[in-house]
Amino acid sequence: MEQLTTIGLNHYLTISAILLGLGLFAVMTRKNAIVVLMGVELILNAANINFLAFSKYNGGMEGVMFALFIIVIAAAEAAIALAIVINIFKIFKSVDVSSIDSMKE
Amino acid sequence: MFELPSGAEIQGIIASIQGSVGFFIPEIYLSALFMLLIIVDLVAKGRKNNLLAITTLLGLAGSTIFIYQQHALPAGEFFFGMYVLDEFALFFKYFFVLSAIVAVVVTMADEQFDREVKSMGEYYALIVAMVIGMIMMASSADLLMIFLSMELVSFTGYILAGYFKRNPRSSEAALKYLVYGAVSSGLMVYGFSLIYGITAQTNIIKIGLELAAHGSDSLVMILATLLVLAGFGYKIGAVPFHFWSPDVYEGSPTPITAYLSVASKAAGFALLMRFFYVSIPHGGLPPEDKLGMDWLSLLMILSVASMIYGNVVALWQKNVKRLLAYSSIAHAGYLLLGILVMDQFGTQATLFYLLSYFLMNFGAFYVVILISNKTGSENLDDYRGLGKKMPLAGAALTVFLISLVGLPPTVGFIGKLMIFSALLTKGSLYIWIALVGIMTSVISLYYYMLIPLNMYLRESKQSDEQSMNLGMAPQIILAVLMILTLYFGLFFTPLSDFAKYSSAIFGITLQ
Repeated sequence: MEQLTTIGLNHYLTISAILLGLGLFAVMTRKNAIVVLMGVELILNAANINFLAFSKYNGGMEGVMFALFIIVIAAAEAAIALAIVINIFKIFKSVDVSSIDSMKE
Repeated sequence: MFELPSGAEIQGIIASIQGSVGFFIPEIYLSALFMLLIIVDLVAKGRKNNLLAITTLLGLAGSTIFIYQQHALPAGEFFFGMYVLDEFALFFKYFFVLSAIVAVVVTMADEQFDREVKSMGEYYALIVAMVIGMIMMASSADLLMIFLSMELVSFTGYILAGYFKRNPRSSEAALKYLVYGAVSSGLMVYGFSLIYGITAQTNIIKIGLELAAHGSDSLVMILATLLVLAGFGYKIGAVPFHFWSPDVYEGSPTPITAYLSVASKAAGFALLMRFFYVSIPHGGLPPEDKLGMDWLSLLMILSVASMIYGNVVALWQKNVKRLLAYSSIAHAGYLLLGILVMDQFGTQATLFYLLSYFLMNFGAFYVVILISNKTGSENLDDYRGLGKKMPLAGAALTVFLISLVGLPPTVGFIGKLMIFSALLTKGSLYIWIALVGIMTSVISLYYYMLIPLNMYLRESKQSDEQSMNLGMAPQIILAVLMILTLYFGLFFTPLSDFAKYSSAIFGITLQ
């Protein structure tokens, strides 16, 4: 019963594992490049939750620092990714990852 | 929970940072060069001249002076254990600066840039930014620094791969590089968070100590290892994290292909070696140490799969850039062999192999660029009869390909010899792996030799026999690369001594 009423480390880890799974699912099944990138954001945020939870229960600051840097990197990545996707849309008139496949043997 | 530091502590932190800056001069210099290049580009208003390229070349050459001065500094950690300086890091600093210099030289020769883009703009600045990122990758000693430096390399790589933004193939390469890169770095960070959870440390030395002292749950550790390997494996382009590499290598501007396949791969290996050797307990532990074995067997699978996959799939390739992409997957497998050995000779062999790969791969891509300047094609069929039209390029390409196969008297032969002999000292399982390596090298002979076969023994479809002049400077550079490949194949002692000197990681000499 205590497992249900008080929130402990396990709850955070479960949430982050679920987020990781959803992110991977989005990356593998979706064809729209933007949705794939959203999946990547989910994976990064799953890692963030892990870091913050471990940081809280270990009592160190490293996890919090790491999470802050991941947020910044995710923003930078989104900027570059959207620029590339816009450029792809201009050329191919589509952002479908599976149809953009001009190079095959 | 977290208390604010007192005034004296803050003073101590500032003093420590100031003390560390002295160990960081090459990186600061390169960052200044990066900004200078942007300003030069603004002042020159994107005019098409070689001003930017020459500034980059001089600037990068200047950075070697600062790196050379670091030999005098004592090896150790600084910036609170974020960053290290040792012979291993110095080796890679030289390696990355030299590969950036060669990448710039190769870019200057590539005429595709004249057709595709109006100005070189931030291209050279991004190359320098990538050098900074790779140098930091080779010197990071903290999970946070590893992540940040790797992302710096990846982001610049995405932009450079898509630099021909009106070219569909280049844009597609950028998209693929981005999607695979983003996913694998996300997985890597998740792996880092698990490692942080197990050990409560982010410094890789402390992680190693913690794991040695307390051990860990092997299931969680193997999961974390797999996730981290997804990130590292993406950088080195090993199976099964290789899916991006054929398309990215084929679509990107050729100088960037060469740069990614040599420098970015080497950065991945630097990181892999440092992380693997330092944070995983080894030496002094009983052989039944499960943890170390798990890592090693994972790397073994990666290595064997890369060698077999890369060499076999390359057999069907018709595009030379794509062929070299598959060959680079296979070479990632050979390089992993040297890491598997886990001793000083193995490290030395890996570093030597990286040096030889530098020479032969840049050389091969340089010839590919020169040929595509003249014929506008990278297809194997269009190489017919080129041996007579451009004799020097044909001879040089043949030498580089022989070296990539690993036949004497080239530097590639010595590299493979060192890696295989390091493996053979280690016992029965390793002998089988070495055998796989040798067999796959034999397979690679076939597809590498298809190129000289087309160049020399098959007649071209058009029967015009006029020779193609490559110009003076490219011919000199080509000749230098070719002679170096042959010279170091015969007199390899300086290179192997340098690799041996550089194989010290944190002063730990692996036994």
